[in-house]
Amino acid sequence: MVETGHFALVLAFALSLVQMMVPLVGARTGNQRLMAVGGPVTVTGFALTALSFAALASAYAGSDFSVASVWENSHSLQPMIYKITGTWGNHEGSMLLWVLILTFFGALVAVFGNNLPATLKANVLAVQGMIGAAFFLFILATSNPFIRLNPAPIEGRDLNPILQDLGLAIHPPMLYLGYVGFSICFSFSVAALIEGRIDASWARWVRPWTLVAWMFLTGGIAMGSYWAYYELGWGGFWFWDPVENASFMPWLAGTALLHSAIVMEKRSALKIWTLLLAILTFSLSLLGTFLVRSGVLTSVHAFATDPARGVFILCILTLFIGGSLTLFALRASRLTAGGLFHPISREGALVLNNLFLTTATATVLVGTLYPLALEALTGGKISVGAPFFDLTFGPLMLPLLAIVPFGPLLAWKRGDAIAASQRLIAAFALAIAAMLVTGLFINGASVFAALGVGLAVWLVGGALTDLAVKSGFGSVAPAVMLRRFAGLPRSVFGTALAHLGLGLTLLGIVGTLCFGTEKILSMRPGETVELSGHTLRFEGLSPQKGPNFTEDRGRFLLLGADGNADGAINSAKRFYPVRQTVTTESGIRTIGLSQLYLSLGDENNDGSVVVRLWWKPLVTLIWGGGLVMMAGAAMSLLDRRLRVGAPAKGRTPAAALADPT
Amino acid sequence: MTRKQKRMSVILAGLAFLGAAAGLTFYALGQKASYFYMPADLATASVPPGQRIRLGGLVEKGTIMRGQGATVAFSVTDKQKSVKVTYTGILPDLFREEQGVITEGAFGPDGVFVADSVLAKHDERYMPKEVADGLKAKGVWQESTN
Repeated sequence: MVETGHFALVLAFALSLVQMMVPLVGARTGNQRLMAVGGPVTVTGFALTALSFAALASAYAGSDFSVASVWENSHSLQPMIYKITGTWGNHEGSMLLWVLILTFFGALVAVFGNNLPATLKANVLAVQGMIGAAFFLFILATSNPFIRLNPAPIEGRDLNPILQDLGLAIHPPMLYLGYVGFSICFSFSVAALIEGRIDASWARWVRPWTLVAWMFLTGGIAMGSYWAYYELGWGGFWFWDPVENASFMPWLAGTALLHSAIVMEKRSALKIWTLLLAILTFSLSLLGTFLVRSGVLTSVHAFATDPARGVFILCILTLFIGGSLTLFALRASRLTAGGLFHPISREGALVLNNLFLTTATATVLVGTLYPLALEALTGGKISVGAPFFDLTFGPLMLPLLAIVPFGPLLAWKRGDAIAASQRLIAAFALAIAAMLVTGLFINGASVFAALGVGLAVWLVGGALTDLAVKSGFGSVAPAVMLRRFAGLPRSVFGTALAHLGLGLTLLGIVGTLCFGTEKILSMRPGETVELSGHTLRFEGLSPQKGPNFTEDRGRFLLLGADGNADGAINSAKRFYPVRQTVTTESGIRTIGLSQLYLSLGDENNDGSVVVRLWWKPLVTLIWGGGLVMMAGAAMSLLDRRLRVGAPAKGRTPAAALADPT
Repeated sequence: MTRKQKRMSVILAGLAFLGAAAGLTFYALGQKASYFYMPADLATASVPPGQRIRLGGLVEKGTIMRGQGATVAFSVTDKQKSVKVTYTGILPDLFREEQGVITEGAFGPDGVFVADSVLAKHDERYMPKEVADGLKAKGVWQESTN
């Protein structure tokens, strides 16, 4: 089975070489038959990659330690779920997942792209083939997951304990669906540059792909943030760690792309800019892959460092970013610019959004790469953390968030700022009220806290105002309004939900950062501690045994106002004997939207235990907001006009055939 | 506005943005980035009390003192010099003697380094890269065969 997987991977590489050349030649020479090769080859390549991945997963599931990667990252005592998720919990397997998703997206274009002009489709598939070929070669040459060991070890070395978590089952696949999803936008852009023109179907296709990728990237980042929050036991949700930035930069650029693609689709303006943005977004995804996978950064994601891998990915990076930007420089002038618009208009607002977002991306890029560059050039080592980003990223985000509610209320082409402001008066009053209430009535609220809460309420209010105005609130009868509300295009709901989610996330961040409290103390069994109105009693440590670990579980009782127990929180120190590693399992109790977070430290000689306790108001909104943003993207995707790949002609005959039965 | 004027205004606005962001970035890099030192580096570099730095090295054997409550004192060494560090909080799971760590914080007036964060590697197989490089440069540590 393992050899079958290995062989399938080699075949998939060979097919990707065909995929990158034959359709391209076909499109250049106008040869229909050569162009038609692209589709079947792409789909077969996906099937082979899937087979290869399944072979690896079954080696993991069956604990076949004669495979080096399984031996290094699995153990026969691990629960089955972690045996399977361990498939991508290591460098080799995660790269295989990366190409699996890449070929999956390619296959989607091949299957659903029948309504695309033949040459465009051929070129898109060829570019996908190039990316695929580069990464297949990378895997086969430097990170082959199928290498065998002889003699086969009896037992494996266990998966890194902090990766033995359900979060790992979801976070990497989602993140990759996002990262790699942008490859489609990239391929479409490069294909358009190769052809030297952007036609209407180009615009119609790029936006849904951006939405899909953005939706998964949002989910992947939110999931990763929550996983780090509860698994690492530090109680933080974002560390401005270079690896986090690596996924955040494509998200920022992708958000900009999402917005500029709207302008391009609706008004066929900003074409060249959108095309450049699509290239940049995927370039940032590649950069992220490089940063995370090459070992230049030390982090939980850098599974192993091997200089050859870093150099190889750097070559891929240079080739694709350099190549696409060169092509852009050569061909962009041939593309025609789109329609005119007044600065105060929907387009104008979206351009402003793009300016803010791309500049913010640039500051994150500098903060992430500067320490690496400095070390390479001078050997000096610096660390750029939260204080840097607070000072650069923060000031760029605040004005952007403040103008978000105006965007959807402005008309295309020429908007009326005063009318938009009048409509937003209720939301504005609400925001001011929230600001005043926070500032005046909550103890210890800083100016920033009040501003932050006000801004969050402003975003939520703005999103609701948008829906209210568009369904005719106040100007038509309630029944008509309801009917109009139900009849609003799904993309209007999408926009409102996404902006609402942004407001919720902001509220969660402000709530946690500005009103959270924290205590570090050493406790003996029977002692109680009080934090922000919650009383906890330490019941003591008890040893427990898991499938592949032992733990000292600390039990804490949450005491209600009457002194009775109101539920328990457990936090544990886990010891994984195979890797000789200790991990902290944090104890979390959700109360409303807030959480009580507890993390167990070391045991002192006198029998007391160090305990760190946080009260995190509204913290669940941080990730809840991310889910709402995802829901917004999903809603937009359901919009009739841009259902992914809904072929105008392709489906109708099939439906007609199905009908008579 | 003509197309040309419009384009110019967009470009100018973009440049103004980039300029502002670049200014902020340079200011922040000067002010808010913290430098990494090993104990022996501190003899030559003068780091005033209160300036945030990152201090890395090995946890010196026999120096971990768990005092009152949640405060821990230990020394960070590069086998040439060592520096006393105090930290209040929960040490990372992989914190132990002879283990590479990075602490972040500032020197107090008494010359003791007050750390507000202590990082150890997530995985027992690796040492923080900065520490490993620093120790290698000082010739006191070789890459193990493992």
